[in-house]
Amino acid sequence: MFSYYLRLAWISILRHWGLSLVMICAIGLGIGAAMTTITVNYLMSANPIPHKSEQLFYVQLDSWDVNDPFDEGVNPPDQLTYTDSTNLMKASKAFRQNVQAQAYGVIEPDDADLLPISVTARANSADFFAMFDVPFIFGSAWSKDSDRSKEQVIILSKKINDQIFGGENSVGKTVKFDNNIYKVMGVIDHWQPKPRFYDITTGAFNESEDVFVPFSLIAEEKIRRSGNTNCWKPSGDGMAAFLAGECIWTQFWVELRNEQEKQDYMTFLNAYVEEQKQYGRFQRPLDNRLSNVMQWLENQEVVADDARMMMAMSLMFLTVCLLNTIGLLLAKFLGKAPEIGLRQALGASKATLFSQYIIESACIGFAGGLLGLGLSFLGLIGIESLYGEYMQGLATLDLTMMTLAIVMALVCTVIAGLYPTWRACNISPAQQLKSQ
Amino acid sequence: MLEAGLIIRALMRNKIGALLIALQIALTMTIIVNAIFMIQDRQAQMLRSSGVDEANTFYLTNTIFGQDYNIQAALQTDLNTLRKTPGIVDAIQINAIPLSGGGWSSGVQTEAGEDKDSIGTAVYMVDDHAINTLGLELIAGENFSATDIQWRQSGQSTWPDKVIITKALALSLFPEDWQSALGKTVFISQNQTIQIIGILKQLQAPWNGWDGVERSMLVPFQMESKGSRLFIRTEPGKRDQLMPQIEKMLAESDKGRIIRRMRTMEETRERSYQRHNATNKILTTVVITLTIITGFGIVGLAIFSINRRTKQIGTRRALGATRWQIMRYFMVENLLISSVGIFVGIIGAVSLNMWLVKTFELAPINLELILFGVLTLFIVGQLAVLYPARKASLISPATATRTV
Repeated sequence: MFSYYLRLAWISILRHWGLSLVMICAIGLGIGAAMTTITVNYLMSANPIPHKSEQLFYVQLDSWDVNDPFDEGVNPPDQLTYTDSTNLMKASKAFRQNVQAQAYGVIEPDDADLLPISVTARANSADFFAMFDVPFIFGSAWSKDSDRSKEQVIILSKKINDQIFGGENSVGKTVKFDNNIYKVMGVIDHWQPKPRFYDITTGAFNESEDVFVPFSLIAEEKIRRSGNTNCWKPSGDGMAAFLAGECIWTQFWVELRNEQEKQDYMTFLNAYVEEQKQYGRFQRPLDNRLSNVMQWLENQEVVADDARMMMAMSLMFLTVCLLNTIGLLLAKFLGKAPEIGLRQALGASKATLFSQYIIESACIGFAGGLLGLGLSFLGLIGIESLYGEYMQGLATLDLTMMTLAIVMALVCTVIAGLYPTWRACNISPAQQLKSQ
Repeated sequence: MLEAGLIIRALMRNKIGALLIALQIALTMTIIVNAIFMIQDRQAQMLRSSGVDEANTFYLTNTIFGQDYNIQAALQTDLNTLRKTPGIVDAIQINAIPLSGGGWSSGVQTEAGEDKDSIGTAVYMVDDHAINTLGLELIAGENFSATDIQWRQSGQSTWPDKVIITKALALSLFPEDWQSALGKTVFISQNQTIQIIGILKQLQAPWNGWDGVERSMLVPFQMESKGSRLFIRTEPGKRDQLMPQIEKMLAESDKGRIIRRMRTMEETRERSYQRHNATNKILTTVVITLTIITGFGIVGLAIFSINRRTKQIGTRRALGATRWQIMRYFMVENLLISSVGIFVGIIGAVSLNMWLVKTFELAPINLELILFGVLTLFIVGQLAVLYPARKASLISPATATRTV
């Protein structure tokens, strides 16, 4: 029966091809627009590290000005002072911990033919790589001892290793970075979490860094910092004064394996702040936070307002398209009243009529869904070219999204077809036959 | 309109069809009015001038990595060479670029002390050539003199004692009279004194979405730093030709550094507003497609309702109705349906706007735009129904006599 109804639907769609085309286009456009914006939102709000996102926590402490609270007191500062993050690092109370900041510099390759390369860098602790599951091609992370003894060690990205060493295993070789000689400990594979959750303060969708070096080298003035620095109290001149000052520029992550560890760490943080209060710091009320990856992304509003607004718009757009479809299906099915009356008189039950017309609606929905899928491909290409770097890599359809597009089109059209079909099934045969 | 009553009674027999069109019109109205409003809002932001001579300026980043490098001497050499190069009007070292998204800010206050309110302002560290290089207009006071310029070490927390500020900053500091700011001493870093020696007509901060984007300040500092930017203004029309020459010249004159990220101010503006631009294009597409879809929906439904009423139309014609009367019937019908839709649409547009104001901090909508939406949708409705109505008017009276 199903294939017979499919054929009937095909005939009916062809007979009113103009009307069918308008419906298919309307659904296609609606689905296309909705899928484009849903995909962007979906990728923006994706979990970048699903298997561990519940165990990684971003630490916030409220060390800010008592007279002029950070973020008007709604949220504690988004970064930590050097004093606090190094103290937490020393205490080492979590399973893993990582202090980090963004940096930059110039690599001078030994090969005289190669030009100096300006690179982005991350200054971080040894645990960074294990915490965030960074994939290595060669070698491994540096040790915690290297952090403590301020060893000049470096981990290269695949891109930089390709440029300087032609992609060879460079572990054990040296690199001249900002006039200091660093020993290569490892090379990591292409690694680009989206969003780049581990540092949102410098852009949630930026590329991950070219090289990684120990955070402790910043205090030695061997590494040049970049990224955001925010101070509420002027610090004195020079590096030592800056490090001791009330400026936030470091980020601190901890890995806590279960609820118990999380509670213990919170207790530790509270005790730490209470202790600091004795030195006249932390004059604001206690407001320490541990946010896991998804909470942190949400707190930092990684999904752009633009994207959310567009999604709201496109869903309304889809609604208009569906209203359009309901109206047109209604007109179409009611236009068939004489035919329906005849079939009923010949013994067709309401159930058979119902399935026939629902199948016809579903066919239109399927065609609309396919068109919508094509349009969302175009839409995403368009968005990527219009927004440039900002949306780079955010505009790709995966299988989930493609299935969603088709399913959404089918479900929407079937729902849109319900009322018209119901009306068509309730046509009284006697009246239709009378007028013929 | 004598027919109106009749049309309404006929409509009541097919409520759902009419209701669907009305709803569609209402939603379309809601969306397009708000979309156009958002487009206008962004366009207004994009039209603001930065105060800089954008057509003839560009900049580049100078990253020093050489050992035992004399930063002060090298900067002086660079600036002297650049300023002497034919075709170049002037050049400076600067810490941040207007509209670029990255820069420095600080708080300035009229009373000293930790607990006093301060006003955030962008800080541009430049020398006495800045006004000429950026192409700014000094509307009061005077420029820095060469002796005002100090060297700033990285991490230095003290400020020089003279600054030039924008009119917008002057107005924020002295709301009653911006001109009174000239010569006044204000405080930076809570308690260090600075004197305002000049007021600029305009110079935007590096952040285009900041509500204090017009507040900025020139500080007479040359930075002794391993990473800095050089900003260059050329004679009109010579920029594109000079850019590669200057990049090559600077790179070859000194091997202890990398010259990179050379970019014109025009490109910076484009990048700065890229998202605005993209969003506007998408919204425009939404507005146009939506209007078309609604139009086609009206056409489709009208054609079907006419097909169903072929006999009635034929009868009316046979009873003496003119073609124009038949056409008018359908056009008035559409007008009635549109009116309901548009009325609901006005409520929808205002509510959506209220939600947007609350969620995305947009401004409230203006009346002209709503009127525009009303007018557009009436016109779209009438145009869409024109073709089916004409088709209806061509139905021959003989149809009424046929049975099927």
